[in-house]
Amino acid sequence: MRQLRRQFLKLTGSASLLTAAVSAGLLKSGNALASTWNKAGFESKSVVDIQKSLGATSMTDSKDITITAPDIAENGAIVPVAVTSKIPNTQSITIIAEKNPFPLAASFDISGGGEGYVSTRVKMGQTSNVRAIVKADGKFYTAVKEVKVTVGGCG
Amino acid sequence: MEIMRGAGFTAGVMLLVTLSLPAAAQNDLSVGRKMLVEDNPGELWIDQGKDLYYQKRGPKKASLEQCDFGMGPGKLEGAAARLPRYFAETDRVEDLESRLLTCMSTLQGFDKNEVAKKAISSPRSRGSDIEALALFVTSKSNGMKVNVTLSHQKEYDAYKAGEYLFYRRSGQTDFSCDQCHGEPNKRIRLQDLLHMTSTAGAQEVASTWPAYRGAHYVVRTMQWRLNDCVWQMRLPDLKYGTDYSIALTTFLNRRGNDAVIQVPGFKR
Amino acid sequence: MAEPMKIRATLQGDTADVRILMRHPMETGTRKTSSGVVPLHFIQSVIVQHNGKTVLDVQWSQAISRDPFLGLRVKGAKLGDKISVTWTDNKGDKRTDEVSVAAGS
Repeated sequence: MRQLRRQFLKLTGSASLLTAAVSAGLLKSGNALASTWNKAGFESKSVVDIQKSLGATSMTDSKDITITAPDIAENGAIVPVAVTSKIPNTQSITIIAEKNPFPLAASFDISGGGEGYVSTRVKMGQTSNVRAIVKADGKFYTAVKEVKVTVGGCG
Repeated sequence: MEIMRGAGFTAGVMLLVTLSLPAAAQNDLSVGRKMLVEDNPGELWIDQGKDLYYQKRGPKKASLEQCDFGMGPGKLEGAAARLPRYFAETDRVEDLESRLLTCMSTLQGFDKNEVAKKAISSPRSRGSDIEALALFVTSKSNGMKVNVTLSHQKEYDAYKAGEYLFYRRSGQTDFSCDQCHGEPNKRIRLQDLLHMTSTAGAQEVASTWPAYRGAHYVVRTMQWRLNDCVWQMRLPDLKYGTDYSIALTTFLNRRGNDAVIQVPGFKR
Repeated sequence: MAEPMKIRATLQGDTADVRILMRHPMETGTRKTSSGVVPLHFIQSVIVQHNGKTVLDVQWSQAISRDPFLGLRVKGAKLGDKISVTWTDNKGDKRTDEVSVAAGS
């Protein structure tokens, strides 16, 4: 906190506040302010710690979350995963490949006006549950789907 | 010689697994495939090919706009759908890739052998010029039907040669294309094998190349596919753009007539 | 050098179906080649904006596939609306591309 304050005080003297802020790493580059990358979550090897980093220590299973992914992935390096959330006021959707060395694969914040639907492709090292965690109205919900992988896709 | 041929045949047969996939297993693969082909990274190579087509390149500093793909110089729409075909310019039946080789050398001054050497790119690379160009030109036939006509004697000869080669057993494994691709519901491990002697199978071959090869992360072409099959059959290396490959392509594309072209395809 | 993305945005009712293909190696940092281990190099953040307003803020790991894909749906869209996509990777490279919402088939 003190470090952040020192950095911020340094900025007030600079010619372009915005440029300096970007180079100080306080803002992400680009036109918009991006959320801070969840380093703790992405570098964690445990699903429980990932949940903690998301604030999702308590989750309810939900049938209103649909995970669309193949039952068997032909190529574990390109596994298509789509998540649909019908839960009202969905704020974010997170995708976890539970048996990956670093299970947290992606987090999508849709609170700006996106619909409860995201689609991407993940690398899976082995057959594993793909878990979706949805945050809606400040509460957490979850669903899983097993995806079988015949050839690992991490290399 | 006879003993070796027998052993090769047995080994060949043992490698094939003939089975009817249960309905559930068939659905398993189609869900993933549908999601991948709908949004195909291979599409990113179309613009790469387009740039290469219009750019003035090579010792002659020329673009490929004067290249005749069979419908006249510079006419791209529908041209790939009719390949391979006879070209008076080279007095030969050419497929799309050998046509590109010809034009890159006559119009742009590139050395054919040098281009052929680099035609098949390394996995995870930017891809070769030919791969991007072949995809761009074929994409101009998207939505159109494969229409290989055999109106010239050499086109007919190429078709018959391709048919002969498809069924011919050769080499130490005594394989023919027909052994892997001549019956329905065959697979090698998880890779199912197209039944190419059926209309549906031939149509899929004729309409989905060039394709993004997921495992290689680049766009692959028909010349690459044949090269790889020949390698897997443990036959001598297939040289790029030879009559062997053009004959097989003529045979398969003709058999795949009326298929609607949709490239890039997506292959595992 | 960041390569152009391919963005499709088509209107389905009053929702824009947006599909984005990006060209990026998404290296995990564990892949070995003859010249050693390929360093970690992946897109960490993707921002999707609709007429200048952020509608999707994405955080990715190196476990997202090479040449990554992103699909989303944007509520309250109209023909001609601007969809802008910006990605930033762990080396600080970035790329922005933009399309207009087109009619769906």
